[in-house]
Order: sequence, then structure tokens, then C-alpha cells
Amino acid sequence: MADSTLKVTTTEAPKENRVGLKATDYSGGKSTLCAGCGHDAISNQIIRAFYEMSVKPERVAKFSGIGCSSKTPAYFLSRSHGFNSVHGRMPAVATGAMLANHQLLGIGVSGDGDTASIGLGQFMHMVRRNIPIIYIIENNGVYGLTKGQFSATADEGSKLKTGVINDLPPMDLCALAVELGCGYVARGFAGDPKQMINILKGAIAHDGTAVIDVISPCVTFNNHEGSTKGYQYAKEHQELLQQIGFVQSYEQIEVEYEAGTVKEVELHDGSRILLKKLEEDYDPSDAVQALQRLHRAVEAGQMLTGLVYLKPEKKSFLKQLNMVDDPLWSLSQERTRPSREALDEIMRDLM
Amino acid sequence: MSDIQTDSAVLEAPAEGQEPIVNDLTIHVATVNGSGSQSSNNVLMRSIFQMGVPVSGKNMFPSNIAGLPTWFTIRANKDGWIARKKEVDLMICMNAQTAKEDVEGLPPGAMCIYDAPLNGKQYRNDVNFFEVPFAKLAGELSTDSRLRKLLTNMIYVGIVAELIGIERGEIVAAITKQFKGKQKAIDPNVAAIDKGMEYAAANLAKQTRYRIERMNATAGKIIIDGNAAAAIGAMFGGVTVVTWYPITPSSSLCESLIEYLREYRIENDKATFAVVQAEDELAAVGMVLGAGWAGARSMTSTSGPGVSLMAEFVGLGYFAELPGVIWDIQRVGPSTGLPTRTAQGDVFEAITLSHGDTQHITLFPSSVAECFEFAGEALDLAEQFQTPIFVLSDLDLGMNNWMSDPFKYPEKPIKRGKVLSKEKLDELAGKWGRYDDVDGDGIPWRTLPGTDHQDASYFTRGSGHDSHARYSERPQDYKATVDRLAKKVETAKQYVPKPVVDTRDGAKIGLIAYGTTDFALEEARHQLRSERGVETSYLRLRAYPFTEELKDFVATHDRIYVVEQNRDGQMGDLLRLELGRMQDKIRKVLHYTGLPCDARTISDAVLQMESTIDYPEPLLLVRADAPMVRAASIGTPLRGPAPRGEARMED
Repeated sequence: MADSTLKVTTTEAPKENRVGLKATDYSGGKSTLCAGCGHDAISNQIIRAFYEMSVKPERVAKFSGIGCSSKTPAYFLSRSHGFNSVHGRMPAVATGAMLANHQLLGIGVSGDGDTASIGLGQFMHMVRRNIPIIYIIENNGVYGLTKGQFSATADEGSKLKTGVINDLPPMDLCALAVELGCGYVARGFAGDPKQMINILKGAIAHDGTAVIDVISPCVTFNNHEGSTKGYQYAKEHQELLQQIGFVQSYEQIEVEYEAGTVKEVELHDGSRILLKKLEEDYDPSDAVQALQRLHRAVEAGQMLTGLVYLKPEKKSFLKQLNMVDDPLWSLSQERTRPSREALDEIMRDLM
Repeated sequence: MSDIQTDSAVLEAPAEGQEPIVNDLTIHVATVNGSGSQSSNNVLMRSIFQMGVPVSGKNMFPSNIAGLPTWFTIRANKDGWIARKKEVDLMICMNAQTAKEDVEGLPPGAMCIYDAPLNGKQYRNDVNFFEVPFAKLAGELSTDSRLRKLLTNMIYVGIVAELIGIERGEIVAAITKQFKGKQKAIDPNVAAIDKGMEYAAANLAKQTRYRIERMNATAGKIIIDGNAAAAIGAMFGGVTVVTWYPITPSSSLCESLIEYLREYRIENDKATFAVVQAEDELAAVGMVLGAGWAGARSMTSTSGPGVSLMAEFVGLGYFAELPGVIWDIQRVGPSTGLPTRTAQGDVFEAITLSHGDTQHITLFPSSVAECFEFAGEALDLAEQFQTPIFVLSDLDLGMNNWMSDPFKYPEKPIKRGKVLSKEKLDELAGKWGRYDDVDGDGIPWRTLPGTDHQDASYFTRGSGHDSHARYSERPQDYKATVDRLAKKVETAKQYVPKPVVDTRDGAKIGLIAYGTTDFALEEARHQLRSERGVETSYLRLRAYPFTEELKDFVATHDRIYVVEQNRDGQMGDLLRLELGRMQDKIRKVLHYTGLPCDARTISDAVLQMESTIDYPEPLLLVRADAPMVRAASIGTPLRGPAPRGEARMED
């Protein structure tokens, strides 16, 4: 298997980032998940990504639904507000919060049960609207917190610990996101932190919904022989779409590569994502190709990871609403209560 | 005109020996849904209003876009009684499906205008009929079949105007307003009015029983529906985030809010608001609460079935202490019930919605003016109490036309509740707990996401936390949290709108109502006083939790009649819970037919229950524990058990 990361030479990382914070300023509470849980590995990469991207944690709002995955926002970025909301309905809460304050940087953490079953409708409408948040699905194919029932992303033929076989086809949340026009769709693997960090950085820089489906093994209920979401299975079946590199907007880095082998995409904040082709003709800005490739992966039994689809130019919902620059929550009465004359005018019209 | 004069219109002799009734009549227009009669009915109502006569207009429509029967009722009343009246004085029969029923339901001596092919006169001989060949008249106005259909409606307005004396000038003014000054639309409609007036003058018998005469009781008043009033109120209340999902009868609230916001809340081409049409009511309320969490003044509007869908989120909102306003424009449920008919059936649903021990602050506007006022009030209360606030309107208030004094500009500053700024956090130097009741009123201080201070953040989850928002399942932490939430509701008693109380000297009977029942109830009090010499006191509830005025009122009256528009007497039951030992005083008068409650229903029910055959004592001396009679048919009380003191009224 090839390395998932495109090596980008950069200066030595300083002890403090550009907003004067240390990595520990991005940590969260102690995790209460099982030792070895894929979710904790993802939380660690989230901490690192926000630290390295020099995002002030106070600017971040964390959202989650219900389930093991949805507990994790308590385990990173303690200096950010967090909201552990309702099963499957986090997109609505996040949408509302982003409307109230469009300057927030939103990150939502959900699970496969929370997103693909109870929350499928809200997930789809969030993507359709292009609400600018990072939406991570920590996907392990089972309901962990209720002790190991299959979820809607469990692969056909995969086996529960109890021996029960799943007869239904899985939902591919990446394919769904592509279909709904999401501008940033990636699949990662909790056991591949090097790929994960760059996917996360790209998502932080993206203005629009960024859907990241991360295969995140449940060590307690879905990591056995016959499971298709366990560490061993994932390692054996991971197939990389491309090597991913990320260059911050302020970094003056020229990346050397052979002509035609790397695609550079500039993101909303001026940073660049670099995709080194591993598959000859894969174009991540082609939705039809993305869907074809995802379907082929299922047929071939591959766990395809990488940046599946990237179209950063789509207008976010908040931009479409054309709101004033100040966050709506902060508007004073002078700006939210029309004048006496306005009421007089309305009343006259009704006489 | 020659062809009209040759027309074989029926000339009916006017009823003899009747006193003219001036500025007191109910007009009922029976049409087919989708026939475009709404504009004509509005013009008819507005022209009476412009003649200075108090008026109301109610649309009784089916759950259908086109084809089913629909009725529009206009009540004009010189004394200002504009609740629904059951008796129809002037029927306009335009619908073959219902013509027989419409005619048969009229009281003797009523007027009935009917479309010639319906041959309304075949059904009765004690009604004053006016036959009009509408198709023929419309044919003379236009060759376009669609336009002819619309103009037909305007022709009946002209007929009515001529028969009862509405001035042409006021009709033209009403048409000009209805069509917003667009001459292309105004001209053919005025022509249709003239066609109707000329036809009536030339072919129909004069009638003198019912007259509209100019008076001066509507000068300076407005006509508006409750949903638009709520929309205006929300806008002046500083709403910033609005979410909604279409549902009758609430859709027009957010639709008119969108229009007003676009007109009055744009700064340099940019919006000081955000509106989202959500994918369902779950998402709508989720967005409201997410926005409230992040500091917006947020609201949604829906009806009963939508409230049901919101149940889980509203529970979270209560326990996690999230501001947000939910307007429930009540209707008969469920969706395949009578979704276009009115009710007050969501009292229990709203006040106790969701899992666990929940109690929601709820407001009950009874007029368009209160829809306006409470819209801003609810946004204030939501932020002050950090909790979802319900406002219970209903279809009758929300979608029908009501006369009102112009709304008063809100003088009170907008209240944003207890929010800690960056500067305040500096002062506190870390001594802050999200759920700490530092003020002793149950309401803690909060911070908003995005506050640029390292002490600002906290983690929001339901009730599993301690006073510093740390995860906790300790029994004492949970109990402290829910006890404090109860204290918030207790505190709210000092802040919610107080009931409106009218206590009369010597009155033994106390009436309690809320919402739209108010209009019928005030008229019923007038009937009891003027027709039977029975004086009553009245307390109009305007909010839950109940305030101290309630107990005083109940204590000082012998019998309390709670009048409401649902089957179970939901408010009556809540009052019984509240009143403890005084609960036996509560009796219920219940009207739940899908149509708005009328005054006669109430006055009859009260009289019936005051003088049952089991207790034939003089009026006002009936024992409080008297077994009650169901007043389904006034004058012949029904036998049978009604142990809880209830009158269930038929329409």
C-alpha cells in the first residue's frame, strides 16, 4: 500500500502556532470511550489540525448528535463551545447556530447510526443547503452505545460478534454527499492519521459542508473476524485514491512534482490542497466519476479512502442568505426594530 | 341593458310587518373552493368596514385546493360584536353542492340570493329570495371564461350592495385597495359591481329589513389577520432567525413575516435576518434552538401536528435551557382530521410537551393586537428565561380578518437576558458556572459561542451536568438541575402577561376563557346581562404559568365556568390542578365543532347549568356541586350523567 501523504517540505513546526497557542490549548476532556477506539484517534487528529491551522478555539463551535461518536466533542477543544444535541438532528442545531453567528467555525461529529439512519434526512438537507460546517461521520458499522446492533452502513455479509449476518446493502454516505452536491467529500481511516490530518485541514479551509466519512473501528463490538469495519480488515482493504498534501495560505512553498502528476486546488482561504494521482485518470472534480469509483470500490471489496470529490467554489448557504457582516446575534435593537414610521406605514396600509 | 330587462328574474314580495334592522347582520357566502371568491368577499367586508360599521370576516374552508364547498361569513354589528354568529341573515348561494342545505338552514325571514339554476326558492317559502342569472350577467362582461368566473363573484357583491345599501364609492375604494391600485384589474371588477347593482335595482324587489347605514365606529381602525399581526410583532420584536415548515393554518405567519422583513429589515442590500424553510418541523425547531443557543432571537410557527414532531427537541430545549419561540396556530387535528377548522386543542400538548418533567411558558393571545404584542414578548421571555416559549393562537385568529385599533409601537427595550460578555468574564475571573443560580431566580448566566475569552466555553448537554456544565450523573446534581428549572417557571409568574380581570359587583358567576373564545364570551356576558339580568365576572387567561390573580378570582366567585374550544376542557383541568381545594368550583363549557365558538352557545350553556331541572332553585343560587346537564339541546336538557359539570355544545 502506498503512503497516503504527499510529502510537503515545510519549516519546523514551532511550539506555538500563529495565534500564540500551544497544542495543549486545543485538548479536551479525558475520553470515556473504550481503549483503542478509532474515535479517539480521530479526536487527536482534530486537535492537531486546529492547532496547526492556528484556528482560535473560541471561534469554533462543536456539534454532535447521540452515540459514542457524539460524545467525542467533549474530548477535544475544551476552549470551544460544544453542543451534544439530539439523535440524528445535529445538522439542524448546527444550521441554527451558524445562522445566528456566521463567523463561527463549525465542526460536527456524528456516527453511522446518527447519520445514516435516524439522521439521514437532516444530513441530506444540510448537504443540499451547503451549510458551512465540517461534518465527520465516525463510521464503525454498529451502534456502540446500545451494545453492538448493525447500522445502515454495515456491509452486506458482515458479521456481528453474536454471529448475526447483515443481509442489507450498506449506505455509502460519500456517494450520497456527492449526489447532493457537497463540495468537499472525503473518506478516511482512523488508522491512517497522516491522511486524516490533511483531509481535516482541507475541510477547515473549505467554505461549505465538508463531509468526511471515517472508518473508525469499534474495538468492542465490531473488530472481530467477519467484521468489515475492524482494524485488520481496514488495513488489508484500504485503497488510496491519491496522496494528499496540504499547504497553508501563508506558506510560501513550492512543491516539486512531475508535471501532470499532481493536481492543486486552491481553497476558500487561499490554502492549497495537493492531490498526487495514484489512479491514472481520477479527477476529483468530476461527480459522475466519483460515483462510479465509489461503486466500483464496493464491487471490488475495497475500502477506498482519499478526497473523493472537491468543488470548493459552490456558494455556502450563509452566503446565499446575504446577511449583514455582523453576526445576527450581535445586532442591536436599533438594527432589529424598525422605526415608528415603519409601523405607521404598515398600519396605514391596513386601514 | 335591454337584454337584462327582458330577463325573467323572479320578483319577490318583501316580507311585511318587520322592523328594519340596521347595521346588524350576518352574510354567508356559499361558494366552491377555488372559484376565486376570496377577493370579492374581502371587498364586501371592507366596504362595510369603510362605511364605519364594525365587521369581521371568517373563511370556513375545506382541506382542498378546488372543488369542495367553502363558506365566507361576514358579520357586521353596530355594537362591535364580531364573534361568529350561528344565525345567517343573508345567504348568497353560489354552490350547487350545498344549496339545499344552505337554504334549509336559514332562519325564517332571512334573505337569500341564489344563482338562478340552483332554484333556491324550491326549498322554502318563508325566506326572502332573490334569484340572479349570474352566468348571463357575467357573459355580458367578458368572453374569457376564467375572468367570467371571477367577475361572477364581484357581481354578487354589487347585488348585495344594492339590496342592503352599501355605497358604491366604498366598494370602488375597497376594490382599489384589494387590487393595489392596478387599473387593469380594477376596471373589470368595478364594471361587475355596476352590473350587479344595476341588475338588482332594475329586477329585484326592494327589501327594507336589513340595512347598512353609514356610522362612525371604524375610523382609524385596521383590518388584519392574526398571522400577519404576529409577523409584524415578531419583526418589531427584533427576530433574527426564522424557520418554518408549511402547515395550515400557520404558513401565512412566516410567509407574511418574510415579506415584511424584506421590506423593513434590509440594510444596504443586506439582511438583518435569516429565514429557512426547513425540511420538516423537527429541523425547524432544531434550527430555532441552535440559533437561540448561539444568541439569535429565533422563532418558528406551526400547528398541532408540527408541535407533535417537535416534542423531543422541545424537551432538550427545556432541559438544556435554550431560547426559542414556537407559534402554534391551533387547528382540529390530526392532518387527516379537519385541518382547516379551528380549535383550542393543543393546551396540554404545548404546556407539557416532551419527556420527563417539563413545563413550558405559554402565551395565549386573544386578538390581533395581542398577536402583535406577544410576538415580541415571547422573544423577550425566551431569552430572559433561556427556554422554549409557546404562543397558542388558532385558525380563527390566525387566518381570519379582525378589526383592531392600530398596533402601538413597542416602547419597552428589547430584553436579551443574562448573557456574559468578554468584559464581564474578565471581571468574574473564572468564577462562573453555566448553571449556577447566582441570582436566586433559577435563571443562570450563559455565554455565547464565539465569545473571545478562554473562560467562555462550556459543553451543552441535556440534564446530565453539574452547575459548571461538567458531565455528571450524580443524583444530587440531577435533582438540583430539575428543581432549578421548576424555579424558573415559578419566577416566570412575575413576568408573563397577567390575566385581564373584570370583576362585577355582586356577580356570583365567574367566567374564564382564553384566546379567541374571548369575542364570543364578551358577547355572551352582554346577552346574560341584557336578556336575563345575570351579571358575570370574567378572567381572561393570557399565560401559563398561572399567576396569583387566578386564585383571587376563583375565591371570590361561587361558580367558575371555563369556556374553551376543545372536547376535554384541557384548560379547565389544568386549572383544577392549580386550584387545589377550590377545584370543585370549576365547570366547563365546551365548544368543539371545528367552527369558532359563538356567544349564544356560551350564554345558553351557562343558563342551562345554572338552572338544571335537578336544582330548580332561582338563578344564581344553584349549588356548586350540582350534577350537570349536557346542554346539547337548549330548552330540553338531556338526562344522563355529567358528573364533572360540563356542557358540551353542538353547533
